[in-house]
Amino acid sequence: MSQRLLEIDNLSKRFGTTVALRNMSFDVRAGELFGFVGSNGAGKTTTMRIVLGVLAADEGAVRWDGRPITLDTRRHIGYMPEERGLYPKMKVGEQLGYLARLHGMSAAAARRSVAEWTERLGVAARRDDEVQKLSLGNQQRVQLAAALVHDPEILVLDEPFSGLDPVAVDVMSDVLREKAAAGAPVVFSSHQLDLVERLCDRVGIVRSGQMVACGTADELRAGSAIRVVVEAPHAPEDWANDLPGVKILARQGTRTELELGEGADDQKILTTALATGPVHEFARRRPSLTELFRNVVTQEVAR
Amino acid sequence: MNPWSAIRLVAGREISIKLRSKAFIISTVAMIVAFVALALVLKLIGNTSGTTVGYTPANAALSAPLQASGKAVGKDIEVKEVPDEQAGRDQVADGSLDALLIGDGTAVRVLVKEDLDDQGRAALNVLAGQLTLNQQITGLGGDPAQVNTAVANAHVEVQQLEKPKEYNGQQLVLGIIAGVLIYLSLLLNGQTVAQGVVEEKTSRVVEILLATIRPWQLMAGKVLGIGAVGLIQIAVIGAAGLAVGLGSGVLTISASAAAGTIIWLIVWYLLGFVMYSIVFAGLGALVSRQEEVGGAVAPALMFVIAGYVVGISVLPSDPGSELVEILSVIPVFAPTLMPMRLAMGGVPVWEAGLSVLLVVALIPALIWLSARIYRNAVLRSGAKVRLRDALAA
Repeated sequence: MSQRLLEIDNLSKRFGTTVALRNMSFDVRAGELFGFVGSNGAGKTTTMRIVLGVLAADEGAVRWDGRPITLDTRRHIGYMPEERGLYPKMKVGEQLGYLARLHGMSAAAARRSVAEWTERLGVAARRDDEVQKLSLGNQQRVQLAAALVHDPEILVLDEPFSGLDPVAVDVMSDVLREKAAAGAPVVFSSHQLDLVERLCDRVGIVRSGQMVACGTADELRAGSAIRVVVEAPHAPEDWANDLPGVKILARQGTRTELELGEGADDQKILTTALATGPVHEFARRRPSLTELFRNVVTQEVAR
Repeated sequence: MNPWSAIRLVAGREISIKLRSKAFIISTVAMIVAFVALALVLKLIGNTSGTTVGYTPANAALSAPLQASGKAVGKDIEVKEVPDEQAGRDQVADGSLDALLIGDGTAVRVLVKEDLDDQGRAALNVLAGQLTLNQQITGLGGDPAQVNTAVANAHVEVQQLEKPKEYNGQQLVLGIIAGVLIYLSLLLNGQTVAQGVVEEKTSRVVEILLATIRPWQLMAGKVLGIGAVGLIQIAVIGAAGLAVGLGSGVLTISASAAAGTIIWLIVWYLLGFVMYSIVFAGLGALVSRQEEVGGAVAPALMFVIAGYVVGISVLPSDPGSELVEILSVIPVFAPTLMPMRLAMGGVPVWEAGLSVLLVVALIPALIWLSARIYRNAVLRSGAKVRLRDALAA
């Protein structure tokens, strides 16, 4: 079961002269939450659309459990497009039932599932209302219900958290964790990197249609330099200037942020700091995903 | 799930949405009311088209010849005896008689309220001529009845190079009504297809749908669903119109001719709808806003309108028009022109068959073309996608 993989293998896609994807590759294991991050226009949506067969790739393949994805496999994918879309003039319940049936559910199973998910996502009372009469937040919940109503084995969600209130974010997070725990590979894109870091087992960073970094948050950090924050109130401005291999990143009041390069020794930094007087804080700082992301993207630009 | 159940689901949604839409119910009822009203108006006009002529007892001998001469000039004349001249005068004054024969019966003298219509006057002139002729024959010692029989039997002998097609006035009207019905159905339902495509594109729901079913299944379901509703609509309106027409006595064609007209109407509605709505669906996919639908489908709509306009302006005066005959076999004009001609009668079997065949042959090509446009354009929202780009991608 845990061996099952959603493989995105070497996808390339161009629109006219614009290259949207260049050898995009990554895979998502069953039961894993995979965060897909990247700047606007980096190719996240295009990748997801290709997975769903809404677009055709110029090259490459998408496989689930070793076999290329077909229309039948796609019926078992829950998809939330970036551009939200439901029939505005159709009633919530009817619409979800219709989508469930299009995904191959029987009428009875569809009814049960609609009842269950509208209940769970807190829109049960609006089942007989037209979608256009709902608030934007509730429309988002219905959209999520549309992705889940046919009990998918795979989830592909494009920006599922955008436009959600904090309560809905929690509901959404729970649902995603639960789906992953049940053995579904879950891929979602987001610009809320703290959320991605908190939720995801692994993260992929895309830039200009290519996967530039992929792994757990710790793996992504592994390559980056160690940082240390020191608070030494009596230290002079230039106390750290002569330390070998150490780069001063920032100095705010009495706090200094240092990056440790080749040959740097954190114990040497501490003793130097103590030599100036008391040290109130001495801490290793793990770069956040946001910083990693910024690093990766700017490195690429510099290249 | 097989393709047909997907198509059935899509079609089912279209049908249930459409049948519940107020616009649909109102337009159907309005069309039925229009047909009933038309039948009643025709009946009313039919009643006033005859002329009623009264006669005093002294003129009784003139009543039968008057009806005969009326028929000769193409005028339906009813005759009615009045007790005396004064009673007749009163009836002329109140309008229940159009004219009154007065005098002693040796000359044709009539009393009218204001004036006599041309045909009525012509009929009476013929009668007057006849009367004088009879008197002259009697004066010469002949037998007027014998002379009249001889005259009645004298006909010009006409040799025909070709047998003319017979057009019955009622069938002409029927043909025009068939044309109007087909035209309106194509216009309304074809637009509905295009609007439906744009609705899905605007609301982006198409992306979820296309992740589940293929574009052609979505298109086919939509066309079939809306087509089925349109078919029910046209059948109900057609049946109601015929029932009222036959029931009120306005239509006097045989039931089999009426059934034939309805069946052809349905066949051509189906062919025309499938042909045009497929194109409309493809063209609709090019735009992203409802306001742009009209402009996008206009090129295809021009053919529907052109066919209809040619039919309705040429056929009533010239049912055998060669131009219409040729156009009605060309697929793009056939759905509007052929049913008109078929309702009017006189269409050779091979022409009717050929036109159906050509449309049936064209449909797969249109499906291929439209599906291509649709697939390439339906996910590109924003500005109108150029047709060339949609075809090339």
